Amino acid sequence: MTAITHHTPDALLAAYATGSLPHAYALVVAAHISLCLECRAAYEAHQAGGGAVLEVVEAEAVSGGLKSRVFDLLDAPYTPQPTFSRSGVYPGPIMEALKGKPPSWKSLGLGVRQSILSSGREGSARLLCIPPGQAVPDHSHNGLELTLVLQGSFSDSTGHFGVGDLEIADQDLVHTPTADPGAPCICLAATDAPLRFRSLVPRILQPLFRI
Amino acid sequence: MMHPPSQVSSQTLWMLAVRDRRDRAAFAAMFDHFAPRLKGFIMRSGTGSGQAEEIVQDVMLTVWRKAAQFDPARAQVSAWIYQIARNRQIDVIRKENRPLPEELGEAPEAEPDASQVLALEQEAAQLQQALARLKPDQREIIERAYLGELTHQEISTQTGLPLGTIKSRIRLGLERLRHELKELR
Repeated sequence: MTAITHHTPDALLAAYATGSLPHAYALVVAAHISLCLECRAAYEAHQAGGGAVLEVVEAEAVSGGLKSRVFDLLDAPYTPQPTFSRSGVYPGPIMEALKGKPPSWKSLGLGVRQSILSSGREGSARLLCIPPGQAVPDHSHNGLELTLVLQGSFSDSTGHFGVGDLEIADQDLVHTPTADPGAPCICLAATDAPLRFRSLVPRILQPLFRI
Repeated sequence: MMHPPSQVSSQTLWMLAVRDRRDRAAFAAMFDHFAPRLKGFIMRSGTGSGQAEEIVQDVMLTVWRKAAQFDPARAQVSAWIYQIARNRQIDVIRKENRPLPEELGEAPEAEPDASQVLALEQEAAQLQQALARLKPDQREIIERAYLGELTHQEISTQTGLPLGTIKSRIRLGLERLRHELKELR
């Protein structure tokens, strides 16, 4: 396994730890932390920051019955949340987003396949599978795009991205990520725009939208 | 000026007693310490008293139920509870499960490495001192960030706490855990 060289920037880890990241980005950061000890340490350091704030925050008296209610429930049966462990190239948080099942791939043409994990007003997350030598299809995005490599690797003008590497692309980056030779490149990609069905957009208008 | 701790904090001793012996008296002490702080913390972001207490109840029950996951070589009790509280708040507000990293595995029940635990406590104490020394407006921003009141765009333009040394210390704890888990396999 090659070492991870493209990490989650600290501001993004802080935003994740404090819970201010939209769901699709949070999924990518959770998946990256699952693969990267360095970023796990930085994430847990932010938890220490949160702990320091929790210790100094102004306390509010709790009502008299709360403690006995909690104690009454200590032995009560409960159903633990299901936990999802890594399966193949997919870390636990992705397996949770897949509800424990393998991805259901849909063809985008030219051998590229995608599996949408979530799509909403806040953004979308999807898995992409790109054959070696193939470029990622037209995927202009409005804001931040996070791409985490799960299998294989890709390269673009900003560098080379292998398993566990995270690429951060803002709207100013015009890039053409191309899968490297070898195994198909499988990535988790998140954007803050809802999915747009490009086939409904006349192709002639697309260059205008990209500006 | 606070002095760095020369022994393990009460919070850590309570939590280890809960984890290893299911000690209810220690859990009661933890409740008395953390429940009012948690309620204040949760109400800061605009949640009403009743709902805040429901969240406090869920958080304290999670502390009891997931005690086996607490590893004093990696986290202070306050840091561990902070993350449980934020997770629960977000799940309640957004009505969806927040994506969380895989657990590395439960900390082995053996005696924790006392020097690592103590060193982490010292780093955490220094972090609190650093927070206390900040100018009020800077401190306000950091508090708001960790309370979840800033958007991710706002956080990206703010400078945070000096976390470099505690990060190195946590990294040692993580490497130790990974090593022990490998040996167990």
